Amino acid sequence: MAVLNEEQSMLRDAAKSWVQEKSPVTAFRKMRDSGVELGYDADAWNEMAEMGWAGVIIPEEYGGSDFGYLSMGLILEETGRTLTASPLLASALASASALVLGGSDAQKSEWLPKIAAGEVVGALAVDEGAHHAPEKVALKAEKSGSGYKLTGAKSFVLEGLAANLLVVSARTSGKPGDTDGITLFLVAGDAKGVSRKRLHLADSRGAANITFDGVEVGADAVLGEVDKGYALLEKTLDRARAGLCAEMLGSAVQAFEVTLDYLKVRVQFGQVIGSFQALQHRAAKMFTDLELARSAVEAALQAIDSNTPDVPELVSLAKAKMGDVFHLVSNEMVQMHGGIGMTDAHDSGFYMKRARAAEAAFGNQGYHRDRYARLQGY
Amino acid sequence: MADFGGSDLDAFRTEARDWIEANFPKSLKGKGSMMMREERTEPTPDMESWRKAMGEKGWGVPTWPAQYGGGGLTPAHGRIIQQELGRVGAYNPIAGMGVMMFGPTLLEYGTEAQKQQHIPPIVKGELQWCQGFSEPGAGSDLASLQTRAEDKGDHYIVNGQKVWTSGAQWAQWCFCLVRTDTTKKHEGISFVLFSMDTPGVEVRPIPLIAGNSPFCETFLTDVRVEKDQVVGPVNGGWTVAKRLLQHERSGLSGAGGGAGLGGRSLVKLAKDYVGTDEAGRLSDTDLRTRVIMNEIDGRAFQLTAMRAMVESKANSGPSAATSIMKNAGTRWMQDRAELTIELMGHQGLGWEGDDFTAEELGAVRSWLGGKATTIYGGSQEVQNNIISKRILGLPDPK
Repeated sequence: MAVLNEEQSMLRDAAKSWVQEKSPVTAFRKMRDSGVELGYDADAWNEMAEMGWAGVIIPEEYGGSDFGYLSMGLILEETGRTLTASPLLASALASASALVLGGSDAQKSEWLPKIAAGEVVGALAVDEGAHHAPEKVALKAEKSGSGYKLTGAKSFVLEGLAANLLVVSARTSGKPGDTDGITLFLVAGDAKGVSRKRLHLADSRGAANITFDGVEVGADAVLGEVDKGYALLEKTLDRARAGLCAEMLGSAVQAFEVTLDYLKVRVQFGQVIGSFQALQHRAAKMFTDLELARSAVEAALQAIDSNTPDVPELVSLAKAKMGDVFHLVSNEMVQMHGGIGMTDAHDSGFYMKRARAAEAAFGNQGYHRDRYARLQGY
Repeated sequence: MADFGGSDLDAFRTEARDWIEANFPKSLKGKGSMMMREERTEPTPDMESWRKAMGEKGWGVPTWPAQYGGGGLTPAHGRIIQQELGRVGAYNPIAGMGVMMFGPTLLEYGTEAQKQQHIPPIVKGELQWCQGFSEPGAGSDLASLQTRAEDKGDHYIVNGQKVWTSGAQWAQWCFCLVRTDTTKKHEGISFVLFSMDTPGVEVRPIPLIAGNSPFCETFLTDVRVEKDQVVGPVNGGWTVAKRLLQHERSGLSGAGGGAGLGGRSLVKLAKDYVGTDEAGRLSDTDLRTRVIMNEIDGRAFQLTAMRAMVESKANSGPSAATSIMKNAGTRWMQDRAELTIELMGHQGLGWEGDDFTAEELGAVRSWLGGKATTIYGGSQEVQNNIISKRILGLPDPK
C-alpha cells in the first residue's frame, strides 16, 4: 500500500475501526433482508458524514477537508471490505467532483456544503442503456424560456433513488454518439417531471431508472459550458471510476483474506485444504494479481491528486485490471468454499454479486481496455 | 563522512558528469545492450579502456566498500552515477555474476582474507564468476544436491556434476555448493570457491532451444579445494546460498524474453505487421485485445516495481510486493514474446537467413530463450510455493 502521511493514516485507521465495529457484512445483510428502498442504511450514512467522510475531496471553503482522492480511496477501500453500501461513492466522490471541477461559485456554495454534511445525496445520471457509453446521450435538453426543458431517460443510476441532486448529461446539439453537444445539468431530485423506478439488482444496492418528462430547469442549472460538457463528464467519471476501483480493491482483498482463512481451517482427507499445492498456487496467483491491481489503483488516485496528464489512461488501467482481479477472486471465493459458498447464508455470494455490479459500473474491463488503447493511439 | 545533503549530491553530479565525459569512449555510445547478450565477443580496445577506467574508479559497484576498491558511496550517489551514465548513452561495464550476486554475498559472509582476495578483481571487472549450484538431480529441489566434498585434512577433494552453470566456459572462478555431510540435507551443505583452472574441472557447453549455449555442464573429478575457500561455516552453506539466491532473484525479475526487440514497442510492431483501421486501431481485433492486456500487465508491473521501491525505502524493509515480482515480470515478458512472434506471422518463425530481418530473428531467439526465465532462479512453481508458505502462511501437507 502507498506510503501515507499522518493525516491519511489516521483517516484509514478511523475507517477501519468504524467499519469493523459499525458496518460489518452482517449490516449489509440486514439492510438487504430489510428490503429498505434506498439500498443503504441511512443511520450508518449519517455517522459516516458526521466523521467528515462526505467532505474529503471538497475544498475547505465549501465545508470539506480537501484531503484528496487517495484519502477518499482509503476510506472506500475499508468500506469496500465489508461491502458497506452508502452514497459515499456516488455523492461525496462522483457528484462532488463534478461540482468541484465544473461548478460556478454559486453552484458550489449551494450544493457542496450540503453534500459535505451528508444532507444532500448526489448521483450521476449518465448512461441510457445496458452498457456504459457516456457519449451515447439521447436525453434532450431544449431551450425553454430562459432555461431548458429535459426529456428522456437515464438507466442504472447509482443511488438514483436516494438522490436529492442529479448530475444529468443531456444533448443540447448533435446526435447520440457525438462528444460535442453534450451539456451537464444539475437537477433537483424532486423536480417536477422526474420519476424514478427502483431497480432490483443482484447486488442489492440502490440503483434506479429515471425518466425526465419535460423537466424545466433554469439557465443556472447548466454545469460547466453548454455543448462542451463531455470533457467535464469524462473528468468526473474518471474520479468516480478511481474511487470505485478503491472500493473494489477493498472488497477483493477481503474476499481473498476470508478465503485464505477458510483454506487454513477446512479439513478434508485428514488435513487442511490449504496444504494442497493446487489451492496454494491459485492463492499465490490471486495474491500476485491483487498486488498488481493495488499498484494500478493507487497510481490512478495519486495521479488525480497531483493532476498529471496521464489520469485517463491510469484510471482505465486501474478499472480494467481491478475488474479482472475482483472477478477472479470473487469466483475463487465461491469455488474454494465449496458447497457452503453456494449458500445464501455465507458471504461469498455477496462478494461475487458486488464484483459483477462494480465491474459493469462506469465501464467494464472491455470498455476500459479499449479506452486504454485508444488513449495511446492504437 | 562528508555531508550528504542536497548540495553535496549536486556537486557529486557535476563530478560524475565531468568524469564520464572525460573517460567514456564516444564510440561505445548506446552499445550497452550489446554487453547484455549471452554470446561473447572479443572486447575492442575502447571497451577495455572503459572497463579499466570504471574498475579503477570503483564506480561499477558504487556502494561497495572503498577498502576493496568499491566506490564507498551511498545509494543516492550510486543512482546519480547511473543517471549520468544513461544521460550520455554510456553503460556500466562492470557486470556479471560476481557483481550481481557473489560479491554482495561475500561482503556479508566472507572472511577478511576472502574479501581481499576476491572482491577487487570483481570491482575491476578482471575476472568472471560462475555458479555451481544445480545438478542433474537437484533443480528446484536444490538442497538435494549430491556433489561430495571429502575432508582431506588441510583441503577438500570434490567429486560430482553441476549443470546449468551459467557462463562456465568463460568464467575463471566458481562459487559452488557441495555436500560436506551426507547424513543431513540442508545442514550438510557448504559453500566453496575454486578456480576453473583447477585440475579435474571439465566444462561442456549445452546447446539450448534458442540455438545458443549460455549454460554448461561442469564435471568435477577429484578437484582440490583449499579450506580457506569455504564461505561461512562448514555445513552452513545453505544460509549463504539462500542469501545469494535473493540477490539473484532481485536481479532477474523482468529480465530476458524482451531482449532482441531492438527497442520497438509491441504496439509499434503490431501496427507495422497487422495494420490499423480508419480509426487507428489495430485491425486484428482479437490480437488487439491481447496486446492491450499485455500492455496493461506491463504497466501494472512497472507501477508495482515503483511502489515496492518507495515502500521499502519508507519502511526500511522489503515490501510484500517484492515477492510477486519474479512471477509477474516473467509472465508478462513471456506473453509479450509470444505475441511478438504471433503478430509477425510466418516472418516470426525464421531461424536464420536473409529472408528475415534481424528483428524477426531476434524475436524468435528471445521467445525461445525467455522460456528459461520461469525455470531458473527459482521456478514459477517454487516462487508460488514461497508466496503460499512465507507470505500467506499456508501449511505444508502432512
